[in-house]
Amino acid sequence: MEFFRIRKDIPFMRYAPVFNVISAITFVLAVIFLSTKGLHFGVEFTGGTVMEVNYGHAADIDEVRALVAKAGFPDATVQNFGNAQTALIRLPTKEGVTGAKMSELVLSELRGKDPEVKLRRVDFVGAQVGKELVENGLIAITLVALGIVIYLAFRFEWKFGLAAIIANLHDVVIILGFFAFFQWEFSLPVLAAVLAVLGYSVNESVVVFDRVRENFRKMRKAPVADVINNAITRTISRTIITHGSTQMMVTSILFFGGDTLFYFALALTIGILFGIYSSVLVASPLVMYLGIKREDMVKPERKREEAVV
Amino acid sequence: MNRYPLWKYLLVGFAVAIGILYAAPNIFGEAPAVQISPVRAGLQVDAALSKRVTDLLASDKIQDQGLIVEPNSIKVRFANPDIQLRAKDLLQKDLGEDYVVALNLLSNAPSWMQAINALPMYLGLDLRGGVHFLMQVDMNGALNKAADRYAGDIRQLLREKDIRYSGVSREGHDVSVRFRDEATREQASSVIDRNIPGLLQTTSESGGDYFITVSLKPETKRHIEDFAVQQNITTMRNRVNELGVAEPIIQQAGADRIVVQLPGVQDTARAKDILGRTATLEVRMVDEDANRTGQPGLGDQVFPERQKDGSVTNVVVKKQVVLTGDRIVDAGPTFDQNQRPAVSVSLDSAGGRIMRDITRENIGKLMAIILFDKGKGEAVSVARIQGEFSNRFQITGMFTAAETTKLALLLRAGSLAAPMEIVEERTVGPSMGAENIAKGWRSTMIGFSMITVFMIVYYVVFGVVSVVALAVNLVLLVALLSMLQATLTLPGIAAIALTLGMAIDANVLINERIREELRNGTTPQAAIAAGYERAWGTILDSNITTLIAGIALFMFGSGPIRGFAVVHCLGILTSMFSAVLVSRSIVNLLYGSRRRLESLPIGNTDWHKRGASAAA
Repeated sequence: MEFFRIRKDIPFMRYAPVFNVISAITFVLAVIFLSTKGLHFGVEFTGGTVMEVNYGHAADIDEVRALVAKAGFPDATVQNFGNAQTALIRLPTKEGVTGAKMSELVLSELRGKDPEVKLRRVDFVGAQVGKELVENGLIAITLVALGIVIYLAFRFEWKFGLAAIIANLHDVVIILGFFAFFQWEFSLPVLAAVLAVLGYSVNESVVVFDRVRENFRKMRKAPVADVINNAITRTISRTIITHGSTQMMVTSILFFGGDTLFYFALALTIGILFGIYSSVLVASPLVMYLGIKREDMVKPERKREEAVV
Repeated sequence: MNRYPLWKYLLVGFAVAIGILYAAPNIFGEAPAVQISPVRAGLQVDAALSKRVTDLLASDKIQDQGLIVEPNSIKVRFANPDIQLRAKDLLQKDLGEDYVVALNLLSNAPSWMQAINALPMYLGLDLRGGVHFLMQVDMNGALNKAADRYAGDIRQLLREKDIRYSGVSREGHDVSVRFRDEATREQASSVIDRNIPGLLQTTSESGGDYFITVSLKPETKRHIEDFAVQQNITTMRNRVNELGVAEPIIQQAGADRIVVQLPGVQDTARAKDILGRTATLEVRMVDEDANRTGQPGLGDQVFPERQKDGSVTNVVVKKQVVLTGDRIVDAGPTFDQNQRPAVSVSLDSAGGRIMRDITRENIGKLMAIILFDKGKGEAVSVARIQGEFSNRFQITGMFTAAETTKLALLLRAGSLAAPMEIVEERTVGPSMGAENIAKGWRSTMIGFSMITVFMIVYYVVFGVVSVVALAVNLVLLVALLSMLQATLTLPGIAAIALTLGMAIDANVLINERIREELRNGTTPQAAIAAGYERAWGTILDSNITTLIAGIALFMFGSGPIRGFAVVHCLGILTSMFSAVLVSRSIVNLLYGSRRRLESLPIGNTDWHKRGASAAA
């Protein structure tokens, strides 16, 4: 069985301007959503308390809301979570009440009405801790980006490093754009997913670039655009299959992994889909625009070439 | 060309065998157990204790499933959680005074596996249920307290040396001392410098007054901060003992924070209550007349005192407080000049002066150290004053070295060095933990099955080889996590799934390369060799970029995210091994020795031959 029976090289580079326009539009839209709507940060980042309680029977959300307000938190948000029996209560930070105390106040109020209510989890994060997490997250993204550029510059050429990281940071911004547009909760696992995507979709660019390098050696006379077209065409089958396999796992987590991992898997899904697109159709034209030449790649004669056959 | 030397097969086989061995404990599951460990260091865990436990259980007809004696604890296994709870209550009632009786889970793996340290993965709180607290030590408070203490010391010192000052006050973390004239200030400055180390002095004049501003040297500050965190950790550890938690984690996190993790604890309110308690120590004089007559007077108070045989007697103590516990700088077990066990205590200089005055007037009398905890007082030591004390003295009269250790701990850890606040709390109910495990594994398995089906349909025999390599990857990853006892969290399980999804990439790369070589007319044997060789460089590059992301996550992530990063990084390493070495070994074993290999079962590759033009 084989999905892709491509006989001729597909002239991807001829359509490069089209892809660039698409990228530019999605990117700008993502930035607009991020700046107007902003991210809906989880409690880990903002500080505050989240409680998940289970009633064993359908929870009366309005009643829960009233009880929470009675416990002294009128600005709390209460909603169903996962199923009808579970209520998720978010308490904003409040002056004068230590965070750890809040959940107790609320729980005792809820127990007073219905002793059956079970506490499933409490997450309380102080405002300071949240701020540090945001800072650390930004440092982590910056370091990953830098690390990848340096590695690719060392392994290939700085033009590849730069192209790959622009393409992939564009993915990250688009993922964040989705989270801003739909106001999905941006939690710590989502941040982990974003970083994993950053490392993962660079993979994709690396695979294409590897071929480009190889082609520069083999296709001595061909123009740069043809070299890149051939590299993409010959790797596209592998690209789709690998991403498909990874996506199978991610889909499985999305549907069966439970609520905690839902947005994690969602971020990965968006990242994988855009990762294919950007690393192939954004990174490669960028390399071309940056003016990659045969001389950039061919000068270090690699041992690997001789080892084969 | 497709044959490995024997040692390479052996190496791969050995690695896989070790992997299976160390991953195996995870499938045996865990049995409910009760863990009995001594509260203080001196108590023995020995045959006598194990007999006491078995007798107790037998007396109430509780069936146990085996008893393990370890150097520091005894663990008893039970058939189900109901029996476990009954046993815990029973043992708690009888042994609770001296031992921590806690619920625990024990691996059901055979004992020879446990003997070679093959243990199941260590589950994080989000998977086993429990409480996580991050507590912030109020360093400002600790430094204020220190500055207050120095202000007192300076006041006392100047008074003693007869140096006239017109005021001593604390300003922030500094102490400001005011004098009328410069000569006195000079004199005071050198006296302070000589007597109280660790301070910096600056002088200033304003409104005709002369000032010395005394501030803490940076190293003194750091010492105070370190001490505050260390002492608070010790205190927390003692308090956690009371909660009866089998495997608590109490450790420093950053410069001024303490992480407390209590797996299995459900009653968070009680946990918070006990951890947040402020215990205090007081030194008071014993009213010996009242003790003799048994009639406490008006200025007296009665406290229980535990004797060495375990019985409790009352001791009558004066209400007037000589000294409070925050004057104690350090305490440790030691021996006196007659080689009897003793506790050495160091007081700060103000405490030392009070002690000297009191002891000078009361030689030969009894002095008591009282610990107030949960609003109740208890005399932890009643000792006779042998001579005049200074800021360092010894408490003798204890009977064993173990007792001195306990008393030293109490003196040191009875109270917090600085106030603490809970800045992060995470509570996960036990049912939710179990649910998380089930969901995590189910999604991994479903994803794995989908990949298996697809790979076999698409790449036929090479698909089977890829799936075997992927399964080996899973086994090695689980084995590695079990060996390292790295904490597995729910994001960690997600990372296992994700890593497997990504790891198949390497095999796809290899298989696609082999197909391509075949399409270009290479012979099957050469195609296998070329496919593996050429794909290797790409696999390495792409895995290293992923690894960079994983390492950054590990460095800057916290809690569950760190769990994700650890699994992710380890998974990348195991996947490189299994995707390349393991799958190549299998392929070599299958095809390497066949001289006349016509085609490879890797799916259809000759479609292009029927086409008009071949790919460039």
